[in-house]
Amino acid sequence: MSTTADIQALERRAATLRRHIVTVAGSYFAHLGGAMSCADIMAALFFHYLRLEDGARKRDRFLMSKGHAVTALHACMVELGKIDASELANSGKSGSRLAGHPTHKAPGVEFATGSLGHALSVGVGIAIAEALNQSGSRTVVLLGDGELQEGTVWEAALSAPRFPTENLIAIVDYNRFQAGGAVDRIMPLDPLADKWRAFRWNAIEIDGHNMRAIVDALASVPARSGPTVIIANTVKGKGVPGIEGTPRAHYTWLSDDEVALALAALA
Amino acid sequence: MSGYVAAMSSADVLVELAEHNPNVVLVTQDFGPVGAFTERFPTRHFDVGISEENLVGVAAGLAHAGKLPFVIAMAPFVSMRGFEQIRDDCAYNRNNVKILAPFAGLEAGPWGATHHAMEDIALLRAIPGLTILSPADANEATRAVRAAAASDGPVYVRLGFLGSIDGYDAPFRVGEVVTMREGKDLTLIATGAPVASALAAHDLLKANGISARVLNVHTLKPLDRAAIERAARETGRLVTAEEHSVIGGLGGAVAEVIAELGVGRLRRVGVRDVFCTEVEPYPDLLRIHGIDADGIVQAARELLA
Repeated sequence: MSTTADIQALERRAATLRRHIVTVAGSYFAHLGGAMSCADIMAALFFHYLRLEDGARKRDRFLMSKGHAVTALHACMVELGKIDASELANSGKSGSRLAGHPTHKAPGVEFATGSLGHALSVGVGIAIAEALNQSGSRTVVLLGDGELQEGTVWEAALSAPRFPTENLIAIVDYNRFQAGGAVDRIMPLDPLADKWRAFRWNAIEIDGHNMRAIVDALASVPARSGPTVIIANTVKGKGVPGIEGTPRAHYTWLSDDEVALALAALA
Repeated sequence: MSGYVAAMSSADVLVELAEHNPNVVLVTQDFGPVGAFTERFPTRHFDVGISEENLVGVAAGLAHAGKLPFVIAMAPFVSMRGFEQIRDDCAYNRNNVKILAPFAGLEAGPWGATHHAMEDIALLRAIPGLTILSPADANEATRAVRAAAASDGPVYVRLGFLGSIDGYDAPFRVGEVVTMREGKDLTLIATGAPVASALAAHDLLKANGISARVLNVHTLKPLDRAAIERAARETGRLVTAEEHSVIGGLGGAVAEVIAELGVGRLRRVGVRDVFCTEVEPYPDLLRIHGIDADGIVQAARELLA
C-alpha cells in the first residue's frame, strides 16, 4: 500500500527525470517526446516497483522495447547513482557511453534495443525461463504506440498467454504521436485495449501521468491467469511548454530558451 | 537423410545434453513433438507456432535468462524472416541461442523456390559474432550439434539433405577445415551435402590423372582462412561447391580470401543468381543447376584448360 507521501515522492522523482531529459535535448538531437511521456511510468518502475538487486533470485527485468526513449532510462540511472549527471548531459557526444538507444555500454541496460518490435518476444522468453525457475521474478516491457504497428509485437502477444507468463507486464506508452505525425492519422490503433483482450491479455487502461493509477495498475499483477498489459494514456513531450502534445515533440533539439522555460516549468 | 530427419535425430543428442544440463530447452515453430526430447522433457519444449521472428526473440529471452535454447526451424524462413532477431537479439545482445536449420539448400525441390534456402549463408555471414556450421553428412551433423552446444555464443547449424560419407569420422573442431583428400593440381572446397559430390568429383578427376585436394568447410564462420590460403598457394586453382547462391556464400567467402591474398583462380559451383523454378525432384534440381559431381568436374576442367 503506497501512502500519499510515497506517491508525492514518486511524482517529484518523475519531475527530476524530466529535468534530466530536457537537459539532454538541449545538447543534442534526441527523442525528447517519447522519453518525457514515459517519465512517470519510469519513476514508478525504477523507484517503487522493480526489484533490481544484482544476483538476487527474484531480480526483476525491464526491457525498453521503445529504445528511442533511452534518455528516460539513463536519467533513472543518474538518480540511482550509476551515471553522473555530467555524463548524461554529454549523451551522443564523441566517446560517450550513452547512445541514442539502449546499448550494453550504458549502465543499467538489461537488453540492447533500437529496431522496434523486438523486446516483447524477448520478454516472453525471459518470463518462460523465470516460470521454469519458479523465481517469481517479473519482466516489464515498455512499448511505444507507433511500435505496435510492427507485426512482431502481435506474434509475441499471441504467443504469451500460451505459456506461463503471469509475471510478464507490457506497458504501452500511448502518447498518440510517432515520427511522422499523429498515430491516429498514420495508422490508428483503437480500440487498443480490445485488441489485447482479444489476444487473451489482462488489459488495464490508465492515465499514464497519474502516479497513483500507475502504482495501482502494477500492484494488480499477476492477475489470476495470463500476462497483463497496461495501456498508459500519455502526452508526448509531457512537461515541455509549447512542445508537449505537438508533432515536434518526437525528436527535437531544444534551444537554450526552451530548456530554461521547461526547467522552470518542471521545478 | 533429409535436413528434417537430421534435425529430428539431433533430438537424441539434445536429450543427452538436456539430461546433463537442466538449462537445455527446445523452441520450435509448428514442429509437433520432436522425437524423444518432447517425450522426455515435455515442459522444456516450447512451440511458438508459425512465427519465425517471435521464435528467435523468445529463444533470445530464454538464453538471456540463463537457459540454453535450441531452436529448430526451416532454414529459408528462420534465416530471412528471423534475420533481424538473429542479428539484434542473439548476436548483438550476445545470447547463447543454437539454431538448427533443416531444409538448407535445395532439398525442398519441387515445393518451389520459396522453400529453397540459397541466401542464408550470405545473410548470416555478415553478422558479427555468429557461428555458422554446415555439416557434410548425417554423423557430422550430430557432431556439429554437440559442438554448437559446447561453444559460447549464438550458432546457426545449416542442415541440408545429408548422406553418409564412408569412413568419415574426423573430430569436429569449430573453425577448422577438414582435409578430406590431399591433392596438388587443384582444390575442391565444399560445404554441406556437396562435400560428397566433391569426393565423387575427386575420383572422376583422379581417373583422368588429376590430383584434387578436397576440403570440407564445416564451419563457414569463423572461416578457416589459413586452409584456403594454403590451398590457393599450393594448388593455385580452387573450385567451391555449395547448395547456395554463388553470391555471398562459400564461393563469395573464398573469393574474398584469395582476392586479398592476390593468389589463386576460382570457379564457383552453386545456384547462379536464379530462382530454381523447375518442378523437379531434389537430385534432378541439383543436376539441372550443376551442383553435383559432374558440375564440379566441369568447373575443374575450365580451370585446368
